[in-house]
Amino acid sequence: MRILLVEDDRETAAYLVKALKEAGHVPDHAADGEEGSFLAEANRYDVMVVDRMLPKKDGLTLVAEARGKGNDTPVLILSALGQVDDRVTGLRAGGDDYLAKPYAFSELLARIEVLARRRKPGEAETLLRVGDLELDRLSHTVRRAQTPIPLQPREFRLLEYLMKHAGQVVTRTMLLENVWDYHFDPQTNVIDVHISRLRSKVDKGFSETLVHTVRGAGYMIRDSHR
Amino acid sequence: MTAIAKVVRTTAFKLAATYFVVFTVFAVVFVGWISRETDRILTQQVQDSIEAEIGVLADEGLSKGLTGIVAAIEQRSRVPGASLYVIADASGNVVAGNVTEVPSALLQRSGLDPVTIPYKRLEGDSTRHLAMVRVLPLPNGLRMLVGRDVSDIERIRVVVAKAMMIGVGLLIALALLSWFFVSRRVLKRIDQVSATSRRIMDGDLSGRLEVTGTGDEFDRLAASLNAMLDRIEALLSGLKEVSDNIAHDLKTPLTRLRTRVEAALAGPERTDEYRAALEATIEDSDQLIRTFNALLMIARIEAGSPDGAMASINLARVVADVAEFYEPVAEEAEVYLALSLEEPLPMIGSRELISQALGNLVDNAIKYVKTGDAPPTPARVEVTARREGGDIVIQVADNGPGIPVSERERVLERFVRLEKSRSQPGSGLGLSLVDAVARLHHGNLSLGDAEPGLVVTLRFPAEG
Repeated sequence: MRILLVEDDRETAAYLVKALKEAGHVPDHAADGEEGSFLAEANRYDVMVVDRMLPKKDGLTLVAEARGKGNDTPVLILSALGQVDDRVTGLRAGGDDYLAKPYAFSELLARIEVLARRRKPGEAETLLRVGDLELDRLSHTVRRAQTPIPLQPREFRLLEYLMKHAGQVVTRTMLLENVWDYHFDPQTNVIDVHISRLRSKVDKGFSETLVHTVRGAGYMIRDSHR
Repeated sequence: MTAIAKVVRTTAFKLAATYFVVFTVFAVVFVGWISRETDRILTQQVQDSIEAEIGVLADEGLSKGLTGIVAAIEQRSRVPGASLYVIADASGNVVAGNVTEVPSALLQRSGLDPVTIPYKRLEGDSTRHLAMVRVLPLPNGLRMLVGRDVSDIERIRVVVAKAMMIGVGLLIALALLSWFFVSRRVLKRIDQVSATSRRIMDGDLSGRLEVTGTGDEFDRLAASLNAMLDRIEALLSGLKEVSDNIAHDLKTPLTRLRTRVEAALAGPERTDEYRAALEATIEDSDQLIRTFNALLMIARIEAGSPDGAMASINLARVVADVAEFYEPVAEEAEVYLALSLEEPLPMIGSRELISQALGNLVDNAIKYVKTGDAPPTPARVEVTARREGGDIVIQVADNGPGIPVSERERVLERFVRLEKSRSQPGSGLGLSLVDAVARLHHGNLSLGDAEPGLVVTLRFPAEG
């Protein structure tokens, strides 16, 4: 997919462009806010990744201006300011997601891919399906191979988030933010423990594993037959 | 600036000048009023006695005729006193009386009101005096003048004027004195405060203001400023301690990181070795970032800028969410996590920060409950939240080894990690963060004995 990267640090930008290309994307790079605005207007991107502090025009202004002109491309804001109130300001300016520096590339990539997918219709789907696993968002029930699986409310939301992004990597931080609405680092590998508990309910006793660990990145729910 | 302008600008001068002006105006108005009233009363008295004299003489005239009046005047004139009498003919020659040199124009006056005139007495000194007189016509073209000396009133006026001058002089002296006192005694102490502050600004933090022990405003000011300086000194030494700790706790992993990369580069060129070294490097830098973030967060909370919006929250829900979040971790560690809640527990706070603080406490409890020499079976962590009067009290208790009383204060400090906890991962910032979050919410954090084990108590003011 086409990605606009607005980042003033040359070395970081060069590394990100290379890594995004390796991941199969087509990145354009702008080194300052004005160039970023120009490119955002001239081309159609699937995702824009905007650093918050930029020369000539800061990232939040760039995003707010783009939104003002009717540009609804999903935006991921990168910032050295990682506190919750900074995040709120960033999202209020029109950003769709916020990632504090320093970050792992796998985290950035996972978020870009989830953001790009968000645009596609299907948001209102009431029945999520991965392989023989079904999750009904209306009746709050989960079945695998027609057998009901009882889940705690939070386990349900965890599985729902994974299935909504089936085939995509979701990181631990994304789960923490979206399932629990926590933005702090819980130190211990709490998320891993929750996943393994979910796994024991969803995958145990079935020949095919649906919840996969993506090494160094996070988790993914996927039907390997497709 | 000239020397005079400098003096004029001092507070002492302004105060003294203000006192001087205020008291002078007061004194002049007061003395002026008194002298006017005195003058009025005395004049009235003189007029009254003139009227009385005239009454007596008129009675004489009625019973004995003109000769009676002349005889009475002759007799009265001989009595030493303040009264004046004159009887003169139409051409102004004095026929009888005790006064010389009466202005002849006056005798022609027919008015009844008394007037004040200068005169000379027949006997006695030859100086001119002032008198208040009244002229009356008598039969045969004769005229009679009756009056009283008013020199006393004049003297009183002079005395009052003198008193006024002396008073103003005294006030000037007092103003100068108060200027001197204020500038020497009072403002000198203010100057001392300035001097001490300058010394402190120059870097001598041990400087303190003098407290004289009189308990006046200056002593109170000095005491408050000294308390503030104590606090600043404590904060600065805390800062120094923290930077020393940062130097240690951040430099150690940085050094380790660098050494590892160096060793990998110096070693054989093998991809798997490189890979292992790089992975370990990422792990180390993640830990560094975590420590760094925690430090920044504590600094930010302690600076009082609430991270994220403060809102009305039900603390019972927050506690339940955190307990639910850590429950699988406890289960995996074979620790029984119990929760007991009172509902609802409304307060104003940040869900995010309180969740993080509570998460730290629960995480610590699960981590350390089994670190004693004889781990308890079953290991238990109990989280309770309840109302106590106007407070909400959250407790996280475990039945582990606990923390000795002597160490409890110390573990709240940044980077302090008890020796036995070095084996567990962590930055040593967890409890400092909890403490900062508690204080941000006007609450407090305390450590106690759960007999056996540690109980950590968080106390917040409830909403409403």
